[in-house]
Amino acid sequence: MEPLNIYASRLVNKQEYFTPGHKACQGCAEALAVRLVAKALGPNTVVASATGCMEVVSSAYPHTSWGVPWIHVAFENAAAVASGVEAGFKALVRKGKIPDQKTTILGMGGDGATADIGFQALSGALERGHDFVYVCYDNEAYMNTGIQRSSSTPYGASTTTSPAGKVKPGQLTWKKNMAAIAVAHEIPYVATACASYPMDLIEKVEKAAAMEGPAYVHILSVCPTGWRIPTKKAIWIGRLAVETGVFPLFEVVNGRYKLSFDQELRPVKEYLKPQGRFRHLTDEMIDTIQKRTNSDFEKLRIKAGAKT
Amino acid sequence: MTTPSEFTWRDLEPGVIISDAGNSREYKTGDWRSARPVVDKANCIKCGVCYLFCPDIAITQAADGTFEADLYYCKGCGICEQECYTGCITMVDEEE
Repeated sequence: MEPLNIYASRLVNKQEYFTPGHKACQGCAEALAVRLVAKALGPNTVVASATGCMEVVSSAYPHTSWGVPWIHVAFENAAAVASGVEAGFKALVRKGKIPDQKTTILGMGGDGATADIGFQALSGALERGHDFVYVCYDNEAYMNTGIQRSSSTPYGASTTTSPAGKVKPGQLTWKKNMAAIAVAHEIPYVATACASYPMDLIEKVEKAAAMEGPAYVHILSVCPTGWRIPTKKAIWIGRLAVETGVFPLFEVVNGRYKLSFDQELRPVKEYLKPQGRFRHLTDEMIDTIQKRTNSDFEKLRIKAGAKT
Repeated sequence: MTTPSEFTWRDLEPGVIISDAGNSREYKTGDWRSARPVVDKANCIKCGVCYLFCPDIAITQAADGTFEADLYYCKGCGICEQECYTGCITMVDEEE
């Protein structure tokens, strides 16, 4: 990621395709991520959205926050519907019924809709090679229904279904590496992004849309409600997640890894301590997380071609 | 669009489609707020970082180039105060 001038924000397209008046919680970085993705894709977009926070906050009848065609589908089939829309567009263009406007098809879902419930539909769509973009907004639990654990919840996090108490210290499994699973499908483009780095996010989504074939973008979306942090710290904590190496930013173009953020990592304690969901962690557990983070980041560096 | 009290199921479009794109602009989220951002315009460098990071798309550019919050939508999360480079935004408690 290149160091940007502080006036970089001025370069962003001022047109909004995700409009104000949506009903997301205060300080929702997921709503911000959706807004930036919609901005990056522009008006020629059709969105298939799985159930989740972003469906609930943006489409309470009779209102919609979407300025582009948007389809709400069930939890499990956002990717399947996106592939159907893509096939439909292709057929209509071939028959000459609509002009070819290079429409981008976007499938989107939260971490539950991507890593758990919609996983097989997504895997199928990536394997079939539809020309679409799938974006996962990962807030690391089922926040919409009240902070239940998902397979994307990190180790040690306390949620309502993995509560920290005397017997168990919160979530006992490690976060599912969805980006690596998407890479394993050998699709042209996979990237991770975070709303705390908006220019990087916009660039990656634009790149994903320009690629022929399926593209997958995994976006860490901070949830102040579920992560138990003050609302104003939402962007700050996302930046810490990247700087401590807990959520590394990288892109994989045709199987080649490239780290977007490759600097000296800060200790994970700085990221874990401000969050209420990690407040029960002991020093040994923080040490375990630190070791795992370091080794995962080292593996990524090697994949990106660093000398060992 | 008519308000929900005026229409019945007969008025719903097939598939319950909302044909008026982006009509949530009518919906006031500003009354969720417990603190509002106040911009010290003398220190504003007009960079627009508050506009870029606002999840509620509530920050707009005024005619003189500075940025201010549209209190119809602002939910008072305080991200703009946290992210402002010059610290020219302060959150002031709503008292009424």
